[in-house]
Amino acid sequence: MRILDTVEIEETIYKMALHAGVNVTPSCRKALEEARVKESSPACAFALDTLIKNGDVAGENQMPVCQDTGMAVVMLEIGQDVFLSGKPLNEAVNSAVRRAYADGYFRKSVCDPLTRKNTGDNTPAAIHTDICAGERVKITFMPKGFGSENMSRLYMLKPAQGIDGIIEAVCETVRLAGSRPCPPVYVGVGIGGSFDTCAFLAKKALTRDIGSRNPRADVAEIEQKALEKINGLNIGCQGFHGDVTALSVSCECAPTHIAGLPVAVNIQCHCVRCEKEIL
Amino acid sequence: MKRLTLPLSEKDFEQLNAGDSVMLSGVILTARDCAHKRIFEYLAEGRELPFELKGAVIYYAGPCPAKPDQPSGSCGPTTSARMDSFAPALLDLGLGAIIGKGEMCDEVREAIKRNKSAYFAAIGGAGALYGKAIKKSVCIAFDDLLSEAVYRLEIENFPAVVAYDCKGGSIY
Repeated sequence: MRILDTVEIEETIYKMALHAGVNVTPSCRKALEEARVKESSPACAFALDTLIKNGDVAGENQMPVCQDTGMAVVMLEIGQDVFLSGKPLNEAVNSAVRRAYADGYFRKSVCDPLTRKNTGDNTPAAIHTDICAGERVKITFMPKGFGSENMSRLYMLKPAQGIDGIIEAVCETVRLAGSRPCPPVYVGVGIGGSFDTCAFLAKKALTRDIGSRNPRADVAEIEQKALEKINGLNIGCQGFHGDVTALSVSCECAPTHIAGLPVAVNIQCHCVRCEKEIL
Repeated sequence: MKRLTLPLSEKDFEQLNAGDSVMLSGVILTARDCAHKRIFEYLAEGRELPFELKGAVIYYAGPCPAKPDQPSGSCGPTTSARMDSFAPALLDLGLGAIIGKGEMCDEVREAIKRNKSAYFAAIGGAGALYGKAIKKSVCIAFDDLLSEAVYRLEIENFPAVVAYDCKGGSIY
């Protein structure tokens, strides 16, 4: 058994959060540059140029890439041979978020859902823990902006709707979102599971590198087909009507009930920020 | 690329067409969800607003806090559609123009036309670049709303695209 003080988890997440706020992922940067090459609409090309330049300005000045530094989504895969000592895990995670959002001069965007009163320190984070084999702790940190989160949807399809129904649901979500989620978007899709796990699968899909494909050939085919169909919608960068509406589609799949086919579509804007570490 | 200095005259608005790329300079005010709610509470109670609405340009944005050596933190646009229900009444009260991102409802587009105004789309997600285009930022109202308060921003070379023009044209 390995003993791990949660202060180590806290310090790691603190650094991840500070880095994530000012840097899009390398695969996102590459995808934006590729989109710029493909784009034929002048207004979309202008917008893409502005976004690529924005990435440089953010890096040079260590400023948040986007002012929506998001709600902190933290996924922890904890090996069952790890004994966590020290302060409670959730406290350690929230402390890391609180400190990073203060020290990084990030926006505090978390509030009470009814009174709308801001919690003032961007906590609580959305924390997901999974107990797995081994003695490692894998941490994923993703600040999630809500311009895109707001455009996400969950469908409970009939099994008979099958693959065509899944692709249609994904495209409908992107079409209804239109210009609002800051396209070009990155689309995370959960297929199967239950109402709750399906939504989590969609979020987890967004932690994959842009352009990666699911190892299951039939799932990878859904990703490819959905992407082609989305890019035929002519929404374009910022909704200015162009060739690139989505940078990529990632699907994660899990067994579901014989009576159902849940499909969750989690929209991520072009500002993909995601850090991974293993302790 | 047109370079425009705010505030704009009726003639300036007439010369703008949906799809034009512009560089804005001048003074704008931030206001987003909570500030709009507060503005409408003031209006409902017949109270005077703590800033001049007439001719003002409202930017749908909530900035990151500024570092000690910076005039502003990152400050890109937020989704304008959430302000759909507020914008027509403010335009009718004399609001000069709107800056945000994404499509707004038909009532807003009509109010832009009716009041000879414009809706500018800033590039969503370019927060750092917009933060650098802000030369001065002062909180002028509702400071308890933190990032959702009203800030008076002095901007220089702020890139945007004309989304709705005063002739009813739209880029979306």
